[in-house]
Amino acid sequence: MSERAAPTRTAVFEKRLKKRYSSERRFKALGMGAILFSVLVLAFLLVTMTLNGIGGFQRTELTVPIDFTQTGIAANAETLAQSGAIQRLEAQGLPDVVRFAAQQRVGDEGAEELGSQAWRLVADAIIADPTILDREVSFDLPASEDLSAAYSGDGQAALQPLAKRLAEQGHLSNNFDEGFLTRSDATDPQEVGIWGALKGSILTMLITLSLAFPIGVLAALYLEEYAPKNRWTDVIEVSINNLAAVPSIIFGLLGLAVFLWLFPNMRSAPLIGGMTLALMTMPVIVIAGRNAIKAVPPSIRDGALAVGASPVQVVFHHVLPLALPGILTGTIIGMARALGETAPLLMIGMRAFVATPPDGFTSPATVLPVQIFLWSDEIDRGFVERTSAAIIVLLLFLLLMNGLAIYLRNRFEKSW
Amino acid sequence: MNVHSNLDTTDQKMTARGVSVFYGDKKAIDDVSIDIPTEYVTAFIGPSGCGKSTFLRTMNRMNDTIPSARVEGEITLDGEDIYRSGMDVVQLRARVGMVFQKPNPFPKSIYDNVAYGPKIHGFAESKSELDEVVERSLRRAGLWQEVKDRLDDSGTALSGGQQQRLCIARAIAVDPEVILMDEPCSALDPIATAKIEELIAELKGRYAIVIVTHSMQQAARVSERTAFFHLGKMVEYGRTSDIFTNPQETRTQDYITGRYG
Repeated sequence: MSERAAPTRTAVFEKRLKKRYSSERRFKALGMGAILFSVLVLAFLLVTMTLNGIGGFQRTELTVPIDFTQTGIAANAETLAQSGAIQRLEAQGLPDVVRFAAQQRVGDEGAEELGSQAWRLVADAIIADPTILDREVSFDLPASEDLSAAYSGDGQAALQPLAKRLAEQGHLSNNFDEGFLTRSDATDPQEVGIWGALKGSILTMLITLSLAFPIGVLAALYLEEYAPKNRWTDVIEVSINNLAAVPSIIFGLLGLAVFLWLFPNMRSAPLIGGMTLALMTMPVIVIAGRNAIKAVPPSIRDGALAVGASPVQVVFHHVLPLALPGILTGTIIGMARALGETAPLLMIGMRAFVATPPDGFTSPATVLPVQIFLWSDEIDRGFVERTSAAIIVLLLFLLLMNGLAIYLRNRFEKSW
Repeated sequence: MNVHSNLDTTDQKMTARGVSVFYGDKKAIDDVSIDIPTEYVTAFIGPSGCGKSTFLRTMNRMNDTIPSARVEGEITLDGEDIYRSGMDVVQLRARVGMVFQKPNPFPKSIYDNVAYGPKIHGFAESKSELDEVVERSLRRAGLWQEVKDRLDDSGTALSGGQQQRLCIARAIAVDPEVILMDEPCSALDPIATAKIEELIAELKGRYAIVIVTHSMQQAARVSERTAFFHLGKMVEYGRTSDIFTNPQETRTQDYITGRYG
């Protein structure tokens, strides 16, 4: 009686088994390699960005003490509280006072290189606290852009000895520029700030979210829960999928042709920008929303219908709360894309030079990515670091927005 | 009119006359006529795919959710045609509750699961009244002792049998007149099944109960009336004792003796 080996005990089988294990190991190693590569690239990006950008949050400043008791500037708190105080201080010769104080400190040569707008900083300080007019106060005033370039080692060779001398005397230094977060665009890199673009981005995103989210969610709910399945809904489905893939600049052209034609006075306004980006974001929300709604088990709908809930109650009490985490995920992706979008906003005029932060949804504004694009286009070396700093602000804003959305998603997440 | 000459006349809660159900062109139910008594438990038995669940779902119009489904014939509740135009489906489903094959509690707290029906129908005026409804329903479903200290826990955290009793509590919280049960024990172990069967016996009389079941033993244990379905037709309907001991049709006999099914 010959004993036949069981098929799982043969040498061939064991060889095949070994092959199966080694292919599994290969697959694992490939996956880990891919993740490692992405982490390294991300780390490289973050590190270089931070190193470059830190300089952008600093500004080269001259330390100038001003003894106001020796000057003829006179003002009281009441007049300073009124509008036009800066003009009155200017009429009283504040710019000359500042220049004279600088000459005393850093010499004629150094005073020449004081930023042309430096006296405004002094004026702001006086308006904020009029009592300083009775004593001597030391100010850190922005140096001119040429001196700033010389201080960091490039720019005009003629200014470098001066920068070196002033730095050695302790009059010239790089200080953290808290004003970068509160000022707006300017022609002088020493004077620029990000607040205008940040506020523009916030206002634009508010418009985008408040249009795209409700419309997208309602469209997804209607298509999944109510619409009959026929040729028309098929056409709509294909159209929405295609819309999500349309290049963003086309949406910009649409905004230019339609929205600016409807509201011709609102060129560069966050309202128009937000509406244009909403068009772009909506299909993403609709697609993610439909998938999330599809994933809600039908048994939950049955259970609600069987106790006598009306279809609307089923949707708003059960389907929507259960689909919300998925919808929010789609919204995060859509909004993140909208926040980083430049091209369509260029089409509707948001690339204009806007030196004041927008005061509303209809006043001219720019947004962070466009601001980055504009600064990166500047010839001036001083803008290089400012651009990196703006990118950091954009990334932080993005992180903050995503963090909020993830927090909301986790709060609404439920298991069944 | 009584279509079942072999049965003594009792109060009829629901009646069906010549009911056919189509899914698109496919006929799933063919010309079924049946009376559902008020006092008793009625069981629908039959092999898989014979249409017993489909027929059950026509009785509270749950088939409306399937776009291709079409119902012909007449089904009445207390003499009122439930498929007439102008019938309020929401009200119908509040009067004819349903328990499903797979326990499907909402992913909400135990309390909210039971309170959901009374809340949307506005049955409870105040929080204390709602508390009472929830407690009464859970007591009737035999679940109160097990969950009274954790009403805020998620309904989905309960065991399968407890979930099914929660679903029964959810159904009886809106005080229906009829409860339809679609294979309520098929996903449960024998102990949980026994509990549900006990519960059905307790609920009998208060509600007209229709139960679809795969298990002939279960039909024999819990019901007074049994209908045997085969290939979309109702083959035989009668007292449960008659169906199991003295079936009139050979197909019924073949099924209950285990020849097929």
